[in-house]
Amino acid sequence: MTRSADAIGLAQTIGGNVEATDAETILVPADRLLDIATRLKNPEGMCFDYLDMITAVDYEEYFELVYRFVSMAENKRLTINTRVPKGNPVVDSLTGLWKSADFQERELFDLFGITFNGHSCLRRMMLWEGFQGHPLRKDYGRGA
Amino acid sequence: MALSTEPFILNIGPQHPSTHGVFRLRATLDGEIMVDVEPVFGYLHRGIEKLMESRTYKENIPLTDRLDYVSAINNNWPYVMALEKLAEISVPLRAEYIRVIMGELQRIASHLLAVGSLLNDMGSFFTPFMYMFREREKILDLFDMVTGQRLLYNFMRFGGVSHDFPPEFIPALDKFLASMPGFLDEYDQLLAQNEILLARTKGIGILDRQTAINCATSGPVLRGSGVQWDIRRADPYSVYENLEFDVPTGTIGDNYDRYRIRMTEMRQSLRIIRQAVEQLPAGRTLTPVPLRVRPPRGEAYSQIESPRGTLGCYIVSDGTESPYRCHFRAPALLNLTALREMLIGQKLADAIVIFGSIDISMGEVDR
Repeated sequence: MTRSADAIGLAQTIGGNVEATDAETILVPADRLLDIATRLKNPEGMCFDYLDMITAVDYEEYFELVYRFVSMAENKRLTINTRVPKGNPVVDSLTGLWKSADFQERELFDLFGITFNGHSCLRRMMLWEGFQGHPLRKDYGRGA
Repeated sequence: MALSTEPFILNIGPQHPSTHGVFRLRATLDGEIMVDVEPVFGYLHRGIEKLMESRTYKENIPLTDRLDYVSAINNNWPYVMALEKLAEISVPLRAEYIRVIMGELQRIASHLLAVGSLLNDMGSFFTPFMYMFREREKILDLFDMVTGQRLLYNFMRFGGVSHDFPPEFIPALDKFLASMPGFLDEYDQLLAQNEILLARTKGIGILDRQTAINCATSGPVLRGSGVQWDIRRADPYSVYENLEFDVPTGTIGDNYDRYRIRMTEMRQSLRIIRQAVEQLPAGRTLTPVPLRVRPPRGEAYSQIESPRGTLGCYIVSDGTESPYRCHFRAPALLNLTALREMLIGQKLADAIVIFGSIDISMGEVDR
């Protein structure tokens, strides 16, 4: 059975303004995402070697990015959330650490308009070049 | 004297028979060696995740069928499971067993199609494919008996399944379970030692363990590279904890390993179905749930082992009758991340077979 990582303990270890929002989820500031992800991946550290899923949610005040990690060796899971402002949705890309981030970040760029710094090929994926707007945003198609 | 050649770009697809749907591969070739590949997506993008936000939870179940249309039942599963988690709906035990039986039958049907079309890609035009279709047809007949449908079943409900097995189903299933191992032996006889199959698959399209994990591949692709990871085992859902089965793994991660795993998994699925039929309890198959179910605010994630790998569903609820956000973690999309690693440096003809060995379904990639 996949166990959840000890999110509260983890948030304390990482320190700074990182907080545990439930048993397996930590909320991190966007500018520290890459740094924390690097520590998570480290085989001497927590060894979350498998970046399972990346997605985003459009809340009223911000976009929330959801990263699900799995440690295959220990069969543990951890979710990292981070929030980016709607006016300037930019976050560091994790493609340098996990290739699995490649298409998923591209999809979010396409459908949410979130920019991933350091992604080598940030182009539209599901929709065509020249398409106006980002359909998965809540204001899409509402005259915005 | 070495000939100087110039790289050129070749578009494979979106309407190429080997692309199993509408997928385009923009390949840069040097002679017949692939030097660069760029997958082009979106030909089947229907905006399903956006559509779901404007329909009620229940209205969305048939949309999930249309993600990976060759294993529709497995696509209902994470969606209803995530909502059951969110709204705390219990599922009767009989319904869980019915889900497992139908899900495993679907896995066999899907693997038959995968192996059949893989052989098509190797040039054995439609002969093995039709052998596979012969048995797949029997599974579709079983599905037809229960759901009235042959491809998109809209079978699962929150708190159970849409139909109980009709009286004629179990005898028909028994007949299928008795005959299928013989057919699998027949395939093995025809294929396992086949010189063409071995030449086109052994040692070709190697994906090493490290890259397979880094690309977050799953299903037969990940297991082919020697990683024993199956959600039914790693994070058991439904009643899989009560059922015995093996998780086959490959050794070097070549085309052959992926092919072999699918063949073995079909036998394991039969083993699971046999146990599930034996353990199948009596009782209800559906917990009454309001038509317009309104789960409390919150989020839920659930995952299953689909024929293609880890299929996840992430739902965010704002307390209304429609999901605020619904996202599917499509195994085929992540498996395609590894395609580039496998293709570069290979010959064009091998590329088609490597691509076939991943077994993608564009419906779930593009969503």
